[in-house]
Amino acid sequence: MTYKKRFDGREYDETRKIEVKAGVIKRADGSAMFKIGNTVAYAAVYGPRELYPRFMQDPEKGILRCNYNMMPFSGSGERVRPGPSRRAKEISMVTEKALLPVVDLGDFPNAVVDVFIELPQTDAGTRCAGICAASIALADAGIQMKDMVSAVSVGKVDDKLVVDLNYEEEAYEEGPVADIPIAMIPSTGELTLLQMDGEIKKDELLKAFEIGKKTLLRINEIQKKALKEKFKLEVE
Amino acid sequence: MSELKVSEKDVVVPGEVIAEGMDFLPSSGTYRLGERILANRLGIIRIEGKVIKLIPLGGKYCPKKNDVIIGKVKDINFSGWMIDTSSAYHAMLSLKDATTDYVRKGADLTKYFNIGDYLVTQITNVTSQNLIDLTMKAPGLRKLRNGRIININPYKVPRVIGKQGSMVTMIKKATNCQIIVGQNGVIWLQGTPEGEILAVETIKKIEKESHMQGLTDRIQKYLDDNKLKNVNTEEERPQHHEEKYAKSEKVNEDDL
Repeated sequence: MTYKKRFDGREYDETRKIEVKAGVIKRADGSAMFKIGNTVAYAAVYGPRELYPRFMQDPEKGILRCNYNMMPFSGSGERVRPGPSRRAKEISMVTEKALLPVVDLGDFPNAVVDVFIELPQTDAGTRCAGICAASIALADAGIQMKDMVSAVSVGKVDDKLVVDLNYEEEAYEEGPVADIPIAMIPSTGELTLLQMDGEIKKDELLKAFEIGKKTLLRINEIQKKALKEKFKLEVE
Repeated sequence: MSELKVSEKDVVVPGEVIAEGMDFLPSSGTYRLGERILANRLGIIRIEGKVIKLIPLGGKYCPKKNDVIIGKVKDINFSGWMIDTSSAYHAMLSLKDATTDYVRKGADLTKYFNIGDYLVTQITNVTSQNLIDLTMKAPGLRKLRNGRIININPYKVPRVIGKQGSMVTMIKKATNCQIIVGQNGVIWLQGTPEGEILAVETIKKIEKESHMQGLTDRIQKYLDDNKLKNVNTEEERPQHHEEKYAKSEKVNEDDL
């Protein structure tokens, strides 16, 4: 019961400051930057393009290939062995599965859409920031998709239900902490990502979902606005 | 009680609600979810009576039958050439669709088209698995020599061409360039260095501003403001002799 006020002075259901920009990488077919507090994610989309090696091709539909990477200098500054770690591979996979329900690659058999997510600066909530950036980048690339996926982490710090935990809260030691990243398809309300670190009671979890869903709808509006902003800028 | 949530020519993003109620019909680029019609991709809304259509703003070129495209030779095999179409798939140009000559089995095909050559070619067939067949047997289809190649967003090609080619004709006149626009967004141009630069700048401007009103007027003004100093449109341009250029073949790729 000692956690009375959040470390950075936010409300319990308030996210960190979000900044979004679409089309930041000119060479890519689609790209976006998603910044939430001190976590920054860049996503670049290439394709649909030919897929090799051939055994990976699917003659029925195109495949989505995500690559999540935290840059070596992004976290505490400790030496990081280059190449994908076990953690990065897992997050690449869950990102792919979070995005796959919305993208429609039926028109592109044997092809691939590559999504590269890079994080130059991290302060918890990276997979959520990555998914948000990736779905804007996919839309920017002109890929057919039902909706733009939004993601945020919800959870419990001590006895308080909170959204968008930062690293300080994730590492809180005086009480139990639960960190639950969720991703949602806003138009249907379906969840496409649900993971958990820590422990939480069932009724609290359901309550956390409710808060999370409200937050996700707000994040989705920001994503949509950012993508439209790109075309407004070109007008001037 | 149907209601439109956006107006004509608005930019919509995937998942955005375009209309509510059953009085509207979703067409290409949109889908129905319960009572609502939602956008399927990034684009501009067109409303034709009851039908709601979405014109895509971006994406890769989608090969269609009878499209004239500019492709690059990627590989050569026994019976033809593999062409890069700048879509998600490569295309095949078979020997019998490329030339009327008698070619012996195992002959060297590089004397027709070599790797790296750019061709103006037409799509004859696209299968469900997106295997693409090409032909060179139609008027205007040829190998490109000299000049420069630029790439634009394929969904902007109709704007660069204009109504009955009005836009591209305007650029040709103002810059004294020869221009071929491929449906896949690859454009070839040839003229004086200054003319080529102005033409490239103009095309880039069209690509950037095509979703806004009054495009033609703005482009006309842009061309007038940046008029080339000694363009004499009356002057007869030298005829294009393929033999003449064959030795000094050079293709500039500017795909940024």
